[in-house]
Amino acid sequence: MKTWVRHLAWWLALMLVAGGAWAQGANLDIDSPAITAIRNAQAARHAQLKPYYDSGAIGLTRDGMIAVRDVSLVPLAQRANLTAWVAEENRDRAALYREIARANGHPEWEADIRATFASRWIAKAPAGWYVQNAAGEWVRK
Amino acid sequence: MRWSLALTACLLASCVTINIYFPAAAAEKAADKIIDEVWQLKPVPPDKEKAQ
Repeated sequence: MKTWVRHLAWWLALMLVAGGAWAQGANLDIDSPAITAIRNAQAARHAQLKPYYDSGAIGLTRDGMIAVRDVSLVPLAQRANLTAWVAEENRDRAALYREIARANGHPEWEADIRATFASRWIAKAPAGWYVQNAAGEWVRK
Repeated sequence: MRWSLALTACLLASCVTINIYFPAAAAEKAADKIIDEVWQLKPVPPDKEKAQ
């Protein structure tokens, strides 16, 4: 084998190893203006939603969204507001997953990002909140 | 000539491969950061607390 071919083979091996390490250690960009705007809106909305998570009226779905779980826990006068907040939150969540995939140059990652978020929202949810298991049933953490 | 062609093809393929893998660990880190912020799970740093 010619020397330069061997050298090229070494470089190739090195690139594969270094590239793999880079792919695992690198950060995703989550600071684009669109993503920042969504994060701020979600943080502000959380103050409204928190009591309903705590009471079990709403919960975290297995697909990275939120849903009204038991409307009977919500006083009649608050139901319209809650429904609107849940819809807004889900719109922001869908946009968040889409924008993260886009900001990182891989729109096709959207489903993977959504799945990652779905499991992390559920893992980080405080005890007492309702989350959906893999079968879609509500369970209390 | 054949060798170099094959190697070049491998080289290009490896570049593409590295780039299309979904970076699961990085995604998890990003998700945790955003969730902590949205749910205010992390305590506010002391210097920020003073400013408020």
